[in-house]
Amino acid sequence: MNSRQKMALGLVLLACLILPWTAGEFYVNLVSQILIAALFASSLNLLVGYAGLTSLGHAAFLGFAAYVSAWLYLKMGWTHEEIAPVALGATLLLACVFGWISLRATGLGFLMLTLALSQVLWGVAYRWVSVTDGDNGLRGLTRPAPFGLDLEDPMIFYYFALVVCLIALFLMVRFVQSPFGAAVRGTRDQARRMSALGYDVWTIRWLVYVYAAFWAAVAGLLYIYYHKYIHPTSLSLTSSAEGLLAVIAGGSGTLIGPIVGAAIVVLLKNYVSAYVERWNMLLGFVFVFIVIFMPEGLVPGIRRWWGKLKGGRA
Amino acid sequence: MSSPALEVTRLRKSFGGLPVTQDVSFSVMPGERRLILGPNGAGKTTLFNLITGDLRADSGSIKLFGTEMIQMGVHQRTHLSLARTYQIITLFNKDTLLQNVVLSLMGLSPTRWNAFSKLMSYQHFEQEALRVLTLVGLDRAAHRPVSDVAYGDKRMLEIAMAMAQKPKLLLLDEPLAGLSKEERVRVSGLVASIPRETTVVMIEHDMDTALELAEKLLVLHYGKVIVDGDRDDVVHDERTKEVYLGS
Repeated sequence: MNSRQKMALGLVLLACLILPWTAGEFYVNLVSQILIAALFASSLNLLVGYAGLTSLGHAAFLGFAAYVSAWLYLKMGWTHEEIAPVALGATLLLACVFGWISLRATGLGFLMLTLALSQVLWGVAYRWVSVTDGDNGLRGLTRPAPFGLDLEDPMIFYYFALVVCLIALFLMVRFVQSPFGAAVRGTRDQARRMSALGYDVWTIRWLVYVYAAFWAAVAGLLYIYYHKYIHPTSLSLTSSAEGLLAVIAGGSGTLIGPIVGAAIVVLLKNYVSAYVERWNMLLGFVFVFIVIFMPEGLVPGIRRWWGKLKGGRA
Repeated sequence: MSSPALEVTRLRKSFGGLPVTQDVSFSVMPGERRLILGPNGAGKTTLFNLITGDLRADSGSIKLFGTEMIQMGVHQRTHLSLARTYQIITLFNKDTLLQNVVLSLMGLSPTRWNAFSKLMSYQHFEQEALRVLTLVGLDRAAHRPVSDVAYGDKRMLEIAMAMAQKPKLLLLDEPLAGLSKEERVRVSGLVASIPRETTVVMIEHDMDTALELAEKLLVLHYGKVIVDGDRDDVVHDERTKEVYLGS
């Protein structure tokens, strides 16, 4: 990271820190939602961008962690402190099984298997009314108070989500820059060659799948803490597609891209929808614009345009 | 007498109803330079793919220094000290030459599973990769992306990546294919310089160069071994002339 990038990162962090003191509650909540979506999109980016495995079922892990958390809290009377590790562990187990099934194939086959598995989970959430309350969803939760911090306060929740996201992003960056991260990119670019070099391609992909699911589960916990409500749509195809849209629109295989993409999706969904009734159409137009003019995604696309601009001036 | 570096016994493979490898048996002694000949479609690359595990054999046995490999996956065979190059170059084009060799070095190291330390902190991989690139004369291009270097350099890099792993058995699939005259001299010089600790099995259509490099030859035709023996004997064998050299 060069000095200019460090300065930009510092400014972004500073803006994040002072945001609750300068913006109203609506915007604080909006950015909290962006943080959750950014964490989810970044976890999906590990699969799509770095491992070359496009999934249409990643929301299954966000939704499953949220459902386990809500169910244990509401139906079993557990505390949030007890629930969090159990929900993460249960989601990891699910990811181990889903990964084992999905990675029987790659490419389109993998895409369809992830979609099918997430749709199974969605169907269960809809139909197993005694556990999930079906279409009504699970409601009536409270936010936890870790270390005496009452997350019911939007500002405190925002800072909590910010810290969790920063830790997650740091570990994801480390993951990508590690020897294992290099191996993951290798399996994306030349899987056959990687096998010939001694890498166990299937296991590498499976581990990335499980690791990405873990961070989606963390996003799921933040999601349930924020909304205090979970509905089957949270693990539906639409939710998975929104995550994928964020990754592709922002720029897959980049660290900043999915965060920018998630911000666009959340802003359009929450902010623009207040003014434009057919905001989904607008989201579609934005996506089409990005795909046509910046097929590599917004962040790499802007970087390319900026390079051209500088080259033209020189 | 030492055991063969590679021992293939009654190896069979069919694609659907079409047999492409039919009861192939041969052995290669340690340090040997073996050339596999045969017209297009004879099953030479298929044989390589069966040895490396890219293709699963229907039946038969493949032993590397006495260890049965037939049930092993590709990466497991690599860990038994088997390396290969491909007929169609398969490199990591966006990465630099140095990164390609580092990836090759890491393939046999437990470090490849480390997901928390920075790759940059493993200086010894870079130093070793640079040493390997210097040996093959590619150190000047070490920090250039593979996509930016000439085709001949890519061929050299493929061999360098294989050699970086210090394999006991190296399979070279048409290492001179598509090269200019000058590039052929460079690459064949590199192949000739491979130490005797590494046994080399090679497929090559450039007969003049390949015959200089090889001591023993194996001729395949329609997936069958038709001649196997010393270079001069095989070259002058009537069956070789009939199916491959013409006349």
